[in-house]
Amino acid sequence: MNLVTNNKWIGQRTIRPDGMDKVTGRAQFAADTTMPGQIWGKVLRSPHPHARIRSIDTSKAEKLPGVKAVVTSKDIVDFPIEKGAVMLGIQDMRWMCRNVMARDKALFPGHPVAAVAATTEAIAAEACKLIEVDYEVLPWAIEIDDALKSDAPILHEFNKFDGKPSNIVGRLEHKKGDIEQGFKKADIVIERTFTTRPVHQGYIEPHACLISVAPDGKTTIWSSSQGQFMVRAMTAYLTGIPQSDIRAIPAEIGGGFGGKTIVYLEPLATLLAKKSGRPVKMVMTREEVMRATGPTSGSKSTVKIGATKDGRIVAAHGTFYLQAGAFPGSPIRGAAGCSLTPYDIPNLLSEGYDVCSNRSKVAAYRAPGAPIGAYAVECVLDEVAEALKMDPLDFRLKNAAKEGTKAAHGPVFPRIGYIETVEAAKASPHYAAPLGDGHGKLRGRGTASGFWFNAGGESSAQVNITEDGNVVVTTGHPDIGGSRAGIANICAELLGIDYRRVSVIIGDTQTVGFSNLTGGSRVLFASAMVVTQSTEKIIQTLRERAAKIWEIDPEAVKWENGAAHPVSPNAGQFEPLTLEELAEKAPAMGGPIGAGVQLNTQGADGGFGTHVCDVEIDVDLGIARVIRYTAVQDVGRAIHPGYVEGQLQGGVAQGIGWALNEEYIYTKEGKVDNPGFLDYRMPVCSDLPMIDCIMVEIPNPKHPQGVKGVGEVPLVPVMAAVANAIYNALGKRFYALPMSPPKVLEKLEGPMQQAAE
Amino acid sequence: MAKVHVTTSINGEPMEFLCEPSDTMLDALRGPLALTGSKEGCASGDCGACSITVDDRLVCSCLMLAVESEGHEIRTIEGLAQGEKLHPLQQKFLEMAALQCGICTSGMLVASDALLKKNPDPSEEEVRFWLAGNLCRCTGYDKIVRAVMETAAEMRAQ
Ligand code: FES
Ligand code: FES
Repeated sequence: MNLVTNNKWIGQRTIRPDGMDKVTGRAQFAADTTMPGQIWGKVLRSPHPHARIRSIDTSKAEKLPGVKAVVTSKDIVDFPIEKGAVMLGIQDMRWMCRNVMARDKALFPGHPVAAVAATTEAIAAEACKLIEVDYEVLPWAIEIDDALKSDAPILHEFNKFDGKPSNIVGRLEHKKGDIEQGFKKADIVIERTFTTRPVHQGYIEPHACLISVAPDGKTTIWSSSQGQFMVRAMTAYLTGIPQSDIRAIPAEIGGGFGGKTIVYLEPLATLLAKKSGRPVKMVMTREEVMRATGPTSGSKSTVKIGATKDGRIVAAHGTFYLQAGAFPGSPIRGAAGCSLTPYDIPNLLSEGYDVCSNRSKVAAYRAPGAPIGAYAVECVLDEVAEALKMDPLDFRLKNAAKEGTKAAHGPVFPRIGYIETVEAAKASPHYAAPLGDGHGKLRGRGTASGFWFNAGGESSAQVNITEDGNVVVTTGHPDIGGSRAGIANICAELLGIDYRRVSVIIGDTQTVGFSNLTGGSRVLFASAMVVTQSTEKIIQTLRERAAKIWEIDPEAVKWENGAAHPVSPNAGQFEPLTLEELAEKAPAMGGPIGAGVQLNTQGADGGFGTHVCDVEIDVDLGIARVIRYTAVQDVGRAIHPGYVEGQLQGGVAQGIGWALNEEYIYTKEGKVDNPGFLDYRMPVCSDLPMIDCIMVEIPNPKHPQGVKGVGEVPLVPVMAAVANAIYNALGKRFYALPMSPPKVLEKLEGPMQQAAE
Repeated sequence: MAKVHVTTSINGEPMEFLCEPSDTMLDALRGPLALTGSKEGCASGDCGACSITVDDRLVCSCLMLAVESEGHEIRTIEGLAQGEKLHPLQQKFLEMAALQCGICTSGMLVASDALLKKNPDPSEEEVRFWLAGNLCRCTGYDKIVRAVMETAAEMRAQ
């Protein structure tokens, strides 16, 4: 594998292959699909946070004219708890089968208890109301502290921690050195506790699917997800239909951020379609999305850091409690495994606790867990730096992980780009600029760093040359944010042709080899590898074909600028044979030209970022606004800089929302009180400034184009950067998110001291 | 309940359709009219993904009843390009990567077009406040704002 140099397309801001459909409204998202004979499915959801289901009577609903099928948990394949975990990726089917439909207990308000299919959506909704569920309402716990009390209601009685029934459903730790000895060496030790609230991924497109099950069991699924193969596998597990009978077709996806890596509707719609004999369409309302799909965890973290007078961190201890929601699986690995990773710390203990409570099951959200951990760690680091009277970026530089550093979660780092991100942040025009006059508003600046593992994994591609000499690339990963553009750039570069001659298609499960989820910042890393290897095979074929025509050795043919050439005059004098000419001659010269590659890709390097944030605080209203932001990241190699910047900017915007406004608010009855975009306040255009990006490019040596994942790192440092900036403005630190206006006002009412600028 | 017959004009074409009296314009567009370019992100007027114009006024089609379109001029994303020729905003969104997943894009384009019709020379702040009703969770808005500003500059130069 050679690193591509002298690039024509790699690194260019080409127009994405799917762009035209998206700007003209032609693109087909899941809810845009229809089918002859289609009917509508609706879900009946539990109104209670915690309740035993004594019985469900669906008879009245079934009799309603227009109703075609009703399903309950009885129709879904059960994975008994006692039989042990049945893993599919990181998901345990024992929890998934109970999450898609409550079995004996409803565990959160919004938990599905039955589903109906009817000729119209209105009839289906009406029928849901006719289903009689006999609930025994149980006490519930939503917040971590409540779930951990000794007399807390236990969600899963089978679960034991320290020998007792508990809501702690998992623990992990990373350890290095000896923290007790380490803290003894420290001149300064700071320990703080932080809390964050659950926040939703907030994709604009609600979950949707359309499913047809033929009488012979052949099932076709159109749905919006981060992985058609995940949809196929989970639907197969939960319905009992073999995977070979399910064709999962990826619709365009309107945002995911990790939230569309599991299924909610597909198994229900499949069962309804099977029972009714009609194609079933299901679309969630926004309220259903907010109540019953995965937000990420709320958390409580304690971080203790010790450093010597000369600015060396000698010990660190992080304890991260994360809410899992109704079923095990909060991202403790991201919180405990990423937050201390940018630093070379000799003595370290990082612990994560997975805590169940009566909220919807969490789903992945962009660098799952890492932003929560980084918020706590990066705030304490700033306090330590301040106590040592060091510039916060210098303090980070002094302790930065580099090639050879052993990370807390195990690996020894190869050549990484963390230091370069801190240096670039320090050298940025932003960091050097004065804060400026806030005209009565207080201004402050903060910085923070972050790390995300990045991932490789299974990926498949098929590259075919058309009869007219153009190229069709098929991969198996849904394109959420422009990955098709990156793939077109790479394939065109390797073949030496115009990128507009490369068409990139996302294959369905029955037409392309297995490809794992779009997640973990893995898609361009992995798909570039399989596309590169497929294209290299094609180039080999093209050279062989040219060699045959010229009657010379294939080794004497090189591929350049979209054509075969003799390597040197010694090889013979021949006019180049272009891709078009070779494609035209294909029938007579060995047949169709195409190649596919399937790999379990390895070698994804972790990603690092360092951010600089300026805030301005209106002391009368308590409103903190971000007025300038710079995100620096080691992106490996920017295959399409426009979409890399887009990832950085989008991640930062989400982080600003998380820091300042977003949170799930609950009623006294344990229900989400703000299940809509009006009250769950994501940043709008006028809330944000332009977001500057500095892309540091340290190519990944284990990747043909040097790619490192870029999608997740940008969310990791944001909440800490905003919190550090607010501290700089107010001289007061927030230990809880969000830093929303009422909380800022409350803080301002205490004694004030503005930090020196 | 009997359906209502509505006569209207959509993207310059005379149109007739049947709908329930309670159907929203968005239901009608995405249902009987098969114009699925307008998206439903919230159905409560908070995301702007369903933006259309009614007699040149920017409207969330999820907040309007379908029957209210009777006799009015409706424009949707499907009417923004002139045949094969993209609207300059569409072209600029593509060139400047002002979309990632694309679910907000129709609404953003319709709203931006309405802005530029009203104000061909908006400041960044004006663009930001005008588009404040259109949520985008992917882009951080940076590239969208730049694309709108740049299109405005180019259209003024022509
Ligand atoms: S769907 Fe109309 S504003 Fe969200
Ligand atoms: S591009 Fe995805 S919501 Fe805007």
